[in-house]
Amino acid sequence: MKVLLRNPRREVEFDGPRSVDRLLDELQLSREAHLVICNGTLVPGDAVLGDDDQIEVRPVISGGAA
Amino acid sequence: MTAVGSKCRVCKAPAVIDLPRHNAKFCAEHLQQLCRRQMAKAIEDFDMLSLDDRILVAVSGGKDSLAVWDMLIEAGYQADGLYIGLGIGEYSTDSGGYVQRFADERGLHLQTIDLRDEYGYDVPTAARATGRVPCSACGLSKRRLFDQAALDGGYDVVVTGHNLDDEAAVLFGNTLRWDIDYLARQMPVLPAANGFPKKAKPLIRLTEREMAAWCLVRGIDYVVEECPIAAGNRHLSYKESLNAVEAKSPGAKASFYLGFLDRMAPLLAGQSAAAAGDLNECERCGSPTTGDVCAFCRLVEKSSAHEPVPVEMVMTRGRRR
Repeated sequence: MKVLLRNPRREVEFDGPRSVDRLLDELQLSREAHLVICNGTLVPGDAVLGDDDQIEVRPVISGGAA
Repeated sequence: MTAVGSKCRVCKAPAVIDLPRHNAKFCAEHLQQLCRRQMAKAIEDFDMLSLDDRILVAVSGGKDSLAVWDMLIEAGYQADGLYIGLGIGEYSTDSGGYVQRFADERGLHLQTIDLRDEYGYDVPTAARATGRVPCSACGLSKRRLFDQAALDGGYDVVVTGHNLDDEAAVLFGNTLRWDIDYLARQMPVLPAANGFPKKAKPLIRLTEREMAAWCLVRGIDYVVEECPIAAGNRHLSYKESLNAVEAKSPGAKASFYLGFLDRMAPLLAGQSAAAAGDLNECERCGSPTTGDVCAFCRLVEKSSAHEPVPVEMVMTRGRRR
């Protein structure tokens, strides 16, 4: 599956189905600080992502100290 | 997707998000219901807003400010937007575009102020000219201009999109330094006083993740990219630290911040310089200040006289994944 990452924007590929939580663990990304979007739809941690899916891992932490 | 995840706690439809701090998963509709209820509770608990108020929303193009503007309008409040062009290269150009499209698509009134055009400087230049970190120069400029626009425009209250993560991170920093003055001022609503307009933060019971999810399920486009000159700042490192705690103890951030408001803030009431009334009028602009000339006037003087500094000159190297 193709996975779009942000900050900086880049794409990585994974082979084989896996859950959202496992994907985030493999990417060493915090679940509290990211959302996962599968084919344009927000999905929870136990959703299983397939090889043909278009995935975006979107960071949610933002902002300065203002 | 080869398999759908678990079900919404309320209606058993497929869930779109799991929220460990609520020990629950929600579909798009019931996620929105949760967000609406949390904002309504914050507004009611702290007497933030009334439906008769004219509200000025400080909008940046990010998820939180667009979400709070959307939520207020949906709830029937009268809310206009104010966007400040900070001059942070393409990031500012893109951010302004998201805000303008949001307002245009909904027929909302948006006011725009461009720092370079109207005050002769931008945030990268101000950071270099004053020796402040960029977020400090940015925050000082925004606070002052939002205050001024609210007073000039006859608005009853300025609303910002500060969320639970923002407030918990600021509280964490203030507590590490035991900064009593800042702790005493870290309230979700500040009444109009001493020449400052009333300010309110209706999203204090909602996390960044919940606000990003609100935007996704509502179809709100926002700037996802991080500010190129905020990366690596101390505030962001506090958020990461608190999220590490939250991962082990869901609800810890809410307990930390909302517990502070409930049990510590009352003990600190009246401890800040502003609350004590120890303020003068700036001898140049008349705004409230603790000195003779306010920090904003000093920043404008130094920054507008400085050669423009490209954003690349103040970009930090620290990058998060």
